[in-house]
Amino acid sequence: MKALILVGGFGTRLRPLTLSVPKPLVDFANKPMILHQIEALVKAGVTDIVLAVNYKPEVMVSVLKKYEVKFGITITFSVEKEPLGTAGPLALAREVLGKDDSPFFVLNADVTCEYPFEKMRDFHMEHGNEGTILATKPVEFVGNRINAGIYIFSPSILDRIELRPTSIEKEIFPKMASDQQLHTFDLEGYWMDVGQPKDFLTGTCLYLSSVAKRNPELLAPASEEYVNGGNVLVDPSARIGKGCKIGPNVTIGPNVVIGDGVRLQRCVLMEATQVKDYAWIKNSIVGWHSSIGRWSRLDGVTVLGDDVHIGHELYINGASVLPHKSINTNVCEPGIVM
Amino acid sequence: MNKAVILVGGPSRATRFRPLSMHLPQPLFPVGGKPIIWHQIKALSMVKDLKEIILIGFFEDFIFRPFLNRCQEEFPEIAFKYLREYSQLGTAGGFFHFRDQIVRGNPKNIFMLYTDICCSFPLNDLLSQHERHGRLGTIMVTKVDRSSAHLYGCVVVDNETKLAEHYVEKPETYVSDLASTGVFVFSQEIFRFMATALEKRVDEFENERAKESAYGRSEESDETEDANRLRLEQDVLRQMAAEKKLSAFMCTGFWRQIKSAASAVPANALYLKKALGDNESFLSKTTIDGPEITGAVYIHPTAQIHPTAVIGPNVSIHARVVVGPGVRINDSIVLDNVSIKDNAAILHAIVGWDCRIGKWGRVEGSQITSPDDIDEVTHLGVKVNSICILGEDVQVKDEVFIRNSIVLPHKEMAGNKHNEIIM
Repeated sequence: MKALILVGGFGTRLRPLTLSVPKPLVDFANKPMILHQIEALVKAGVTDIVLAVNYKPEVMVSVLKKYEVKFGITITFSVEKEPLGTAGPLALAREVLGKDDSPFFVLNADVTCEYPFEKMRDFHMEHGNEGTILATKPVEFVGNRINAGIYIFSPSILDRIELRPTSIEKEIFPKMASDQQLHTFDLEGYWMDVGQPKDFLTGTCLYLSSVAKRNPELLAPASEEYVNGGNVLVDPSARIGKGCKIGPNVTIGPNVVIGDGVRLQRCVLMEATQVKDYAWIKNSIVGWHSSIGRWSRLDGVTVLGDDVHIGHELYINGASVLPHKSINTNVCEPGIVM
Repeated sequence: MNKAVILVGGPSRATRFRPLSMHLPQPLFPVGGKPIIWHQIKALSMVKDLKEIILIGFFEDFIFRPFLNRCQEEFPEIAFKYLREYSQLGTAGGFFHFRDQIVRGNPKNIFMLYTDICCSFPLNDLLSQHERHGRLGTIMVTKVDRSSAHLYGCVVVDNETKLAEHYVEKPETYVSDLASTGVFVFSQEIFRFMATALEKRVDEFENERAKESAYGRSEESDETEDANRLRLEQDVLRQMAAEKKLSAFMCTGFWRQIKSAASAVPANALYLKKALGDNESFLSKTTIDGPEITGAVYIHPTAQIHPTAVIGPNVSIHARVVVGPGVRINDSIVLDNVSIKDNAAILHAIVGWDCRIGKWGRVEGSQITSPDDIDEVTHLGVKVNSICILGEDVQVKDEVFIRNSIVLPHKEMAGNKHNEIIM
């Protein structure tokens, strides 16, 4: 089987994180976003993955090379010269997606959920028609289903799509529906587009709650003295000081060092960040290699890029801090620190 | 023999010092570990041949009694007395009213000090210059920023003769950058001068009234227009300068006003830094098994500070305060019986009596950088950035952040507050 992941452009909505790392490689719950998707796809029997991208950073090529080896799959890049909408990339990747009769998945790189690829595949095979849309129940009632941005198609759909900017939702699906070739499959559990920091945090919380139900052994056990309210994911290489209170909804990446008396909740600490004694962090994303000084307080969807250093005793509220900055005064109102 | 009078004002004068003056009269509020007025008494105690210190104000009699009893023990050479004005007689009115008691014993020089200032008080130098020039009085002045001169009483001084040529209270246009510090010394003849000034004022007042009734204006009695009120600045100093009877002495060292509650924090810092410079033993130092102390810090002997806490610079911690592990306190005054739980941070703040701060709580104000007293706590309806103040018995729950706010007494703070006044 095959899959097309719609990655798109520079991920500007997720800056300052995406100033250092391409969006699919930004760590979500201690693992690059795209790795969550690749693992789930491999589990459903996918062997060929195409990434639809607007640009192709070297770092992405080398990381994905490793995944090719690790999972024994083929990953290719399909580079759009002009924006092709949501359907155009399928035509562009026709060579891979149409190489055999097996169906292929299409998914948006920004979406996190409990990817139900195996069940979708079985459902799709059973009805035997051209397309299956993954549907999530709306939180507020607008229609009875919402398109989750994840599909499985039979290769014959490619005959409906020309190589030009096309919206799959507006131009292709209505025709398939009138041909009675389109089905929906209900998603169990959560769904979130994590393309911007606020939603990235919410998505992390939803993901951790889901892990707590399905694989609680992956989370820090409630018996740990520092765990408060659960949903705490800690990389085994991270070090945590005495008298901390951590949780709920915290991810702590590899080689993170946390001092004594630190309070963390609803936050993401990426690889090799350092949180000094007695700091307090909530509703924030701390980018790779950053540090937070003693008695400093982060809140209000603060996002620190790579290698940002916050001094001691500071209050940082809703700041988006570009990489390699040192901050030594309070940032009380939300804004961008260049 | 010399004497001193400290004008302590009254409860209605200290509204700008709220919410701290709701618990304690402003003159007794501690800065640098001691009541504001103690620093004045201490400086006066070192003036040669000073035998008596008289407090004049309109607080009730019992207010200052325990404090003056303690002063009596600490400074046994000096007699202390509190004299109560029953009606507000104006800044010089009380002084004049009690003249018989002040001149008893025939003092040569009489100091007069306002309470709401903190200062290095170079009183002996002031006195020797006063005696050298032999004029009726000497006003201590300090250099202020030209742009804020209009906030003060300004004095035009002849550098050579030290003669105060003009005195203008809060001038609208610039006249001088030398401001009155609220510290004066007068010769005993000042009372005769004041008597004349008062007569003149009564005359003027009668004239004014006659004119007003002639023009048929209403006769509303405005308190400030009371004929018997004698204002030191407008009625006495201005006239003394006009008659070339006033000298000016340039203050050496530090000076600032303590009118608003927020200014207690910079005043605290000034007194603590002075104590550090004088190598005073009551300041705290880092010890092997104690907390880390940086800069000038005063910790009352009955306060308990966890060894992992970091305190200073410019911090006063008062009686029976309990500070938990991992607590940070900087540039703040923590009053009696306060409890501060683990990992909390107190920065640029005043924490009132009996307050409780929860774990990871944070009380943070903005450092005061202006040398001038901040008059208003709000500007255009928005709370200005200043010292964060918690009144008596305020509880800040775990992890709650109170920033740039003023909290009135007996409040429970369960949510974060920024730039607010909380009733």
